[in-house]
Amino acid sequence: MIEILNLTKKYGSFTALDNLNLNIEKGTVFGFVGPNGAGKSTTFSILATLLAPTEGTAYINGFDVTRDPKKVRRHIGYMPDFFGVYDQLKASEYLDFYGASYGLGPAERSALIPQLLELVNLSHKKDSYVDVLSRGMKQRLCLARCLIHDPEVLILDEPASGLDPRARIEMRDILKELKAMGKTIVISSHILPELAEMCDELGVIENGQLVATGTVSAIHQKLKANKVLNVTVLDGLEKAIGFFEDDPKVTAVQLDEKEERAFHFAYNGTEREQTELLEKAIHNGIHVLNFSEEKTDLEDIFLEITKGDE
Amino acid sequence: MRSLFINPVLNKEFKLRLRSVKSFLGILFYLLVLGAIALGFLYITSVANQSGYFRPEESRGMFIVLSMVQLGLILFMTPGLTAGVISGERERQTLNMLLTTQQSSTSIVISKLVSSLSFLLLMIVSSLPIYSIVFLFGGVSPSALASTFGIYLLTMLGIGSIGVMCSTIFRKTIVAMITTYGIALFLTAGTGFLMIFILNAFMVGNPNQATNPLPYFTVMTNPAVVLFTVFEPNAKGELLQRAGIEFPLWLSFSISYLLIAFTAIAVSVKKLRPNMRAGKSSKGNPSS
Repeated sequence: MIEILNLTKKYGSFTALDNLNLNIEKGTVFGFVGPNGAGKSTTFSILATLLAPTEGTAYINGFDVTRDPKKVRRHIGYMPDFFGVYDQLKASEYLDFYGASYGLGPAERSALIPQLLELVNLSHKKDSYVDVLSRGMKQRLCLARCLIHDPEVLILDEPASGLDPRARIEMRDILKELKAMGKTIVISSHILPELAEMCDELGVIENGQLVATGTVSAIHQKLKANKVLNVTVLDGLEKAIGFFEDDPKVTAVQLDEKEERAFHFAYNGTEREQTELLEKAIHNGIHVLNFSEEKTDLEDIFLEITKGDE
Repeated sequence: MRSLFINPVLNKEFKLRLRSVKSFLGILFYLLVLGAIALGFLYITSVANQSGYFRPEESRGMFIVLSMVQLGLILFMTPGLTAGVISGERERQTLNMLLTTQQSSTSIVISKLVSSLSFLLLMIVSSLPIYSIVFLFGGVSPSALASTFGIYLLTMLGIGSIGVMCSTIFRKTIVAMITTYGIALFLTAGTGFLMIFILNAFMVGNPNQATNPLPYFTVMTNPAVVLFTVFEPNAKGELLQRAGIEFPLWLSFSISYLLIAFTAIAVSVKKLRPNMRAGKSSKGNPSS
């Protein structure tokens, strides 16, 4: 559905996007994550035919963005990270204008607009002027605008940015509904746990390069080679620390600041080796109360792989 | 062709413009200025000849003054109305969404231009009752009136297209507006001064130089001079004679402004959307 080939964008000596290659299958919800200035919006702008690449190209539904931009536009719904609305235009008129701009006839538009407003929970605001709507409502209206011509691909640049928690949940629910409708969605966000909940696949982009791509768990595996294990013992703390320090796959053993019988360390062994380590500890007379892996969420991974680059 | 003029962008522009109170205030002040000048002229003329009546010859003078003032207002308002049509959308962050629709660049540019010029036309049409004072007293032929409005239309089209072009090329409305005002100023005052300079430098007191086409070419883009020749055929005759050119000045003006409009619209259409293949041939160029 979306194929990105050697996509590069340079501004003078600055490379905003460096040889990006990506393949997104039909019906996939793909999350683009990365710090500010990583190249997410540049990629989206090229996919939306708003920016010419320096090298490479991308295909959407088989159409080349550099050769057939007009055909590409018919297949995409694009929501920019920052957007404005027209003053003096009502919500229904706003959708009617964009519907007409996509070549829909008056009857088609009249039938579609109430459905779309219903989908984004804005039916009660159809006669309100768009400039007086709240930010969350504007975001939802903009999403409805993206859907007016029933595109197969949605390119959503930070659709949840600047929204309060309730508006975020509403937006997430709408996106889940769109996913159920079989849309291919490319979405960028800084709110990684939320993105991970909805996305089938993730791509981590940094300094214009794709650092990692795959399912959420695959990225977790790939990027988090060193897991952190927490250990609490009933007694014999020093003996226990000595035992674990002797294991070649254990590094950086540190005492827990809050719990006096607990400590944690980095471990780069497999899951099987991890169970064997525990068995060995018990055989060596260490009274283990707790032996658990520290839960790291996607946010931690994101911070770790992008640290110092913001 | 129909879709170029009757399209969603044009409908939306009309709707937004006529819903705005600013538009009606604009027309109000426009008519107030013209009305004040017309009434002021009537009052001053009546007081000056101390007769209390108004002769057809004086009515003609009022028509000239009103027409020149109206041209000045058009030259003042056209850049203001057109130089923000694209850059304004860019600044309001609505342009990208418009550019990802199926609307062609030509349709967007022409709709924006037509909507702005329609508003100007509305202003001019609404000033007709003030012009009717002139017809009350007589002294002006309908052909002079038609020529005057023809010059207005061409001026609006030419300067308006330049405004849209600047609005497309420059990211900021203020830069587009200043550039359009600069070009409008050059096409009027600039070419006027150039003509005077050329006449003084090369022709006055130079019996060897019988004719010189330079003044003609200089003022053929100057709507004020062309309008003046409508009222003063003698001035036109002298200009043609000195230039040694038989071709009517109004026709040169019309062709020039149509060419300016066509070129400016073509540039706007080309520059509105990025050339998606351009980046590959010019590596490293910052994209707009």
